[in-house]
Amino acid sequence: MYTPELLELIKRVEATRERRLDEEFPLLSADAKQELLEGFHPDYKDEVFSELRVGPSKGERTPTEYARVFEAYSGLDPDGFDLSKVDFDVDVLIVGGGGAGAAAALVAQEQGANVLVVTKLRLGDSNTVMAQGGIQGADKPNDSPAIHYLDVLGGGHYKNDPELAKALVMDAPEALAWLEKLGVMFDKESDGTMITIHGGGTSRKRMHAARDFTGGEIMKTLKDEMLNRDVPLVEFAAVYELLTDGDRVTGAVLYNMETQEYLIVRAKTTILATGGGGRLHVMGFPTSNHYGATADGLVLGYRVGAPLQYLDTIQYHPTGAAYPEQILGLLVTEKVRSIGGQITNTEGDRFVYELETRDVEAAAVIRECLGRKKGVVTPSGQPAVWLDTVVIEKKLGEGAVKARVPAMYRQYERFGIDMAKHPILIYPTQHYQNGGLEINERCETPVPGLYAAGEVAGGIHGTNRLMGNSLLDVVVFGRRAGVAAAAQAAGIKTAGGLGLDHLKNYHAALKAAGVEPTNVSPMLLPEYRRAATVERKIELLA
Amino acid sequence: MAEQMVTIYVMGKPYEVPGDLTIMKAMEYAGYRFVRGCGCRGAFCGACGTVYRTKDDYRLKVGLACQEVVQDEMYLAEIPFFPGNKATYDIEDLKPTADAILSLYPEVFRCLSCNTCTKACPQDIEVMEYIQAALRGDIAKAADLSFDCILCGLCASRCPAEIVQYQVALLCRRLYSRHVAAEAPHLKDRLKEMADGTFNDEMDKLTKMKQADLAELYNNRDMEPRG
Ligand SMILES: Cc1cc2nc3c(=O)[nH]c(=O)nc-3n(C[C@H](O)[C@H](O)[C@H](O)COP(=O)(O)OP(=O)(O)OC[C@H]3O[C@@H](n4cnc5c(N)ncnc54)[C@H](O)[C@@H]3O)c2cc1C
Ligand code: SF4
Ligand code: SF4
Ligand code: FES
Repeated sequence: MYTPELLELIKRVEATRERRLDEEFPLLSADAKQELLEGFHPDYKDEVFSELRVGPSKGERTPTEYARVFEAYSGLDPDGFDLSKVDFDVDVLIVGGGGAGAAAALVAQEQGANVLVVTKLRLGDSNTVMAQGGIQGADKPNDSPAIHYLDVLGGGHYKNDPELAKALVMDAPEALAWLEKLGVMFDKESDGTMITIHGGGTSRKRMHAARDFTGGEIMKTLKDEMLNRDVPLVEFAAVYELLTDGDRVTGAVLYNMETQEYLIVRAKTTILATGGGGRLHVMGFPTSNHYGATADGLVLGYRVGAPLQYLDTIQYHPTGAAYPEQILGLLVTEKVRSIGGQITNTEGDRFVYELETRDVEAAAVIRECLGRKKGVVTPSGQPAVWLDTVVIEKKLGEGAVKARVPAMYRQYERFGIDMAKHPILIYPTQHYQNGGLEINERCETPVPGLYAAGEVAGGIHGTNRLMGNSLLDVVVFGRRAGVAAAAQAAGIKTAGGLGLDHLKNYHAALKAAGVEPTNVSPMLLPEYRRAATVERKIELLA
Repeated sequence: MAEQMVTIYVMGKPYEVPGDLTIMKAMEYAGYRFVRGCGCRGAFCGACGTVYRTKDDYRLKVGLACQEVVQDEMYLAEIPFFPGNKATYDIEDLKPTADAILSLYPEVFRCLSCNTCTKACPQDIEVMEYIQAALRGDIAKAADLSFDCILCGLCASRCPAEIVQYQVALLCRRLYSRHVAAEAPHLKDRLKEMADGTFNDEMDKLTKMKQADLAELYNNRDMEPRG
């Protein structure tokens, strides 16, 4: 429900609506974009970052909240930790039950590997299930992998690894066909033609969707298929540390999140598919990510020697919910803008074309609020601008909002706001980890036996990912990881020894760098309890 | 803004919490740290089904902890897991008919048309309608109606016939998409082009191209109109 003050402000947005209906807003020039980014995007602010003092990417900078989990000690003491009892002995261990993990597991098992999927929450509780907008793929006659490639590279500021970007766009048609065959309910015309729309930074309409539950529908289907095929799975089991024989990754220490017992997995190959780190809350930004997005996989990989790529770039989604407080940070899908929604300042004027790339769009919103002071401030003090959704109804007809973005509509309706009648308030939210562990086109990290796929990996999207390319990435590289890890495992006769020497070395390096043993990682779950409660917490059940 | 405090009873125990919080945030405020019962925090995953009762009302209500705002004198418990039956199948072998549904989930026959499931659904889905559609073999309708299901299990938790609606729904959507909806013709064509290597040379050229040349191409690429 809007407060009377906000309702009053909405009148200004209403006053300009007619004029805005047919208004063409120009794209920014390359120079103007650069100036905007340098002035207002968090990635361009030195105070956001810290330089890493230890590990394979020592000397590189990451946001301070990320640096804090890298420059941290393990909760395990590597000296004398008993690794003698092996609980699971498998070919391929897949860490993470989101889209990338599920795709990898299905494919690896198809290749004949004995797989095990372990995941921190339930299978499917992930960022994948939250993706609303869509999945890219050049499958229309006016489009091609080459055109797609150019969008990916331009969007990523040409920092992408060309081979990874090529794999992404060249595998896309097959990935879509795989999903179609598994029975993902894509939006289609009656003749089967996929309904595709634009996304930020696309030059062709290649965003395929399953209404506004695209990731959810994909995840539900992959999960169902995993259960149908009886893929071995342990839920509420987090990998807390990887194990090595000194050279290769040979398994992992699992933590039963419920009983607090640890378990040992021996694996010939291991795939990290642990997703992103929105719950680290860089600079206190709200986040669109799921509860378990705490960058664990990055920490696990980093400690065994896998370097990071572009972890100094975080994607802030330009349109996170800024009001009401209960849904702060949740995503307002880009599709709202794709189908015609307009962004305006408090005066009801547009100030940026709605489908600029996300970094540019987010910087423009931040500039409008903090630089030009033309934003709205919500009752809880959150800066915001308007996203005029009513204009969609004017353009596409009454009922269009509810029909095209039902999940969004319901989200707001729950809190007494009708998006078809009133604009909504938005502000950037921490959304996506552009960078991650370095991989090649077979998803191999430089550490033997260790693979990474999905949001935990870096390089594919350069320094800025386009909407719809991440769901694609998850399917394409999840499948690639499954194939490669299964193939490598098949060539390994006996599994390696299990050890934690890498952790001893890492701890020694931390100590040498003067890092105090106060921080512990991986984080596993964010802490949202009230400080007053946490302060008085004691553990007495021995 | 002064915070209006309310009392909620988490599994019977009273806690004072700010009245504008969701059940999930209120429980965290009270000191609970979720392991189960919390996933997306945004009505996408169905991890946080909650059953509750309000003061002077004998009726049980259900909702999502990440979406419902607390009320004074709310008595609540999460049901983060529901041990519903899931049939296993090979989607390739099935036909999109009532028989397929009934062979895997014969209990659908037992639907009493009581509509309890629909009333329970936090996603405002016409649950009974899609179960009835599935029973009639109208797979397309069941798929369409159930689309927004997040597998929270609240419908099943209230069903007197012990039907696991969300699994039936998922089966219907997969059946529909695999066996009823037409395959995308352009996707098939593209797969053939890919197999023929149609784009290989162009891609090789692009991956070797210098940044300045790529930027030139990118900045001057033609855009399909937005409308
Ligand atoms: C709200 C939202 C909307 C989005 N919309 C779109 C969109 O429209 N289009 C698009 O392309 N992309 C979108 N994205 C991005 C995309 O969804 C994600 O980047 C992608 O799904 C990540 O998939 P993943 O498999 O790599 O990770 P996830 O799906 O996040 O899965 C990671 C899994 O690993 C588990 N895990 C984490 N740590 C551990 C551990 N220590 N041990 C064991 N398991 C662990 C987690 O519990 C989780 O199950 C969106 C993201 C969000 C958050
Ligand atoms: S609750 Fe069960 S019996 Fe009642 S209408 Fe729904 S499916 Fe049928
Ligand atoms: S249909 Fe059932 S499982 Fe699906 S959202 Fe509604 S109540 Fe939850
Ligand atoms: S936590 Fe996912 S639906 Fe509530």
